[in-house]
Amino acid sequence: MIQHIVLYPIIVQLLLAILLLFSWNSIKIQKLISAGGSIISLLVSIGLIMTVWNEGTLTIQSGGWEAPFGITFVADAFAATMVLLTAISGLAVSFFTVGTILKARLKFGFLPVLHFLFLGLNGAFLTGDIFNLYVWFEIIIISSFVLITLGGEKKQIEGAVKYFTLNIFASVIFLTAIAVLYGLTGSLNMADLALKIAAIENRGLDEVTAILFLIGFGIKAAIFPLYFWLPAAYHTPPPAVSAVFGGLLTKVGVYALIRVFTLIFVGDVFLENIILVLAGFTIVAGALGALTQNNIAKVFSYLIICHIGFMILGLGLYTEAAIAAAIFYVIHDIVVKTNLFMVGGLIYRIKGTYSMRDLGGIYAKYPLLSLLMIIPLFSLVGIPPFSGFWPKLSLITESFKIDNYWLIAALLFGTFITLFVIARLWAEVFWKKGKKLPEIQNFRYYDKLKIEKKIEIVGPILFLAFISLYIGFGAENIQQLAMRVGEELMNNQMYIQAVLGK
Amino acid sequence: MKTIILRTASDYLLPLLLLFSIFILLRGHYLPGGGFVGGLIASIAFVLHAFANGLENTKNLLRLHPGYLMPLGLLVATLAGLSPIFVENLPFMTGIWFQEPLPVIGMIGSALFFDIGVYLVVIGVSLTIIFTITESA
Repeated sequence: MIQHIVLYPIIVQLLLAILLLFSWNSIKIQKLISAGGSIISLLVSIGLIMTVWNEGTLTIQSGGWEAPFGITFVADAFAATMVLLTAISGLAVSFFTVGTILKARLKFGFLPVLHFLFLGLNGAFLTGDIFNLYVWFEIIIISSFVLITLGGEKKQIEGAVKYFTLNIFASVIFLTAIAVLYGLTGSLNMADLALKIAAIENRGLDEVTAILFLIGFGIKAAIFPLYFWLPAAYHTPPPAVSAVFGGLLTKVGVYALIRVFTLIFVGDVFLENIILVLAGFTIVAGALGALTQNNIAKVFSYLIICHIGFMILGLGLYTEAAIAAAIFYVIHDIVVKTNLFMVGGLIYRIKGTYSMRDLGGIYAKYPLLSLLMIIPLFSLVGIPPFSGFWPKLSLITESFKIDNYWLIAALLFGTFITLFVIARLWAEVFWKKGKKLPEIQNFRYYDKLKIEKKIEIVGPILFLAFISLYIGFGAENIQQLAMRVGEELMNNQMYIQAVLGK
Repeated sequence: MKTIILRTASDYLLPLLLLFSIFILLRGHYLPGGGFVGGLIASIAFVLHAFANGLENTKNLLRLHPGYLMPLGLLVATLAGLSPIFVENLPFMTGIWFQEPLPVIGMIGSALFFDIGVYLVVIGVSLTIIFTITESA
């Protein structure tokens, strides 16, 4: 059966985590397993997306129980794309971890937990059962909580408490929403739900449930006004962890939003308008937040929020081209945001601080590295032909089609502020004459590192920069993929047919 | 708590409780029981032994650090889930069964191995937690 491949990304990560637990005592072997396994995982994900591209949506009924009674795993183009992106940034982060994370953290099971996190992410993308989605979310939260607290610094614990409280709160709302949904329809299979929700006569109940999902996923995706936990938490852990969090965790929320609102709750104008308004506010709030920060990790955290707004906006516009633009944006954003936090980590390694005021002079000392670091920064802003440009273009054209000038204003404002923030960051961190900073005791500065350590730090940044460049210059291929995803999402009949076979 | 009564009793209770935990594990497919409860009972057996004879003696008895039971159990459970893919080309986690029942135990299928995995994970987790707390206290 060719369908087995749907589960392979999940199984590979699970086996990796188990192997890593077995080699608890030897960090060296753990590093090897993690790096090698991430490459295998990338190959498997490429295999999955190729199969899905050629064969169409694949489904497998785990345990052999037919849908809607068993748990279905579904790999459509959207899920396969997300799994591939997880594998790409997983590979980069795995290498970056090996290069930057302190031994003390690795000793307490950093790498096994990281792979449990990837397991949860792959599971969340591939499952076709809404309760199962909740379970994968729990795996993600538990692993991320371990990652964010490991090391036990004071500010880490402080950030973790905020992070954990709000995420658990979101989970409770999500679970309540599932319970209400189950009470309404008696089903948990997403394809089955799509049919049953459409048949419900009391539209008010349907809308309330949808709003519960919107709040639950909205907290996880950090949309306005539920985003305050994100900038409070994301800058506290080591950069390798922030990179996974910034790149992938909030995007799971976006994935769940897009999935639920294109499959189950469809065609509700009221909901679409709410999503559009929230998207506009998210963009503006994130941009204004980024403007006021001095810590570069915090600047990036606020930019995450700002750009989450772009993706949600694509969902709210609810046309095929807009959804495709949102998907394109997700693809671009996962790669760039993962890379940005790693760039932040590299800057910290060079200078020993995150503060823009104190930083400076990096261009004078490391011109080539600076040119490397400018790739993710430019891609983020979307200077053509870098990768952020194309989806923003489609989003603006789609907004023009519905004559909503507030949205266009928000979009342009968000883009402009991003440009301003990045330009300021470039001027302050790279061009400004550097101050002489007091040397920190026992800090492993970049120029004191051995050459192989340097490669482990710069290599992943280079890898993701190449991917970003490909997304920008090979935009046609990505656009083709995004259009296919948009088409599949807008015609949810295809998904339902693949799962239920009718 | 080094009373002679507890120490003597624990010598007899340890094998009895372990036997009972396996009984609970095996009856779990159709009746109340299963890997989780069985694992808890087995770990109670060791905790009782540790109370009576001291942590060091229990650790010597176990030889392996209980933490290793976690990945071992996970591996057993995962392989039990994977077995239908390799044996009969059926979806992940499908229950496959041996043709003939075994004496005493009854019908054996991949579900039993999944339960054994759970059993090991539960022993590993609870003993690791309890041992770590006891050590640091």
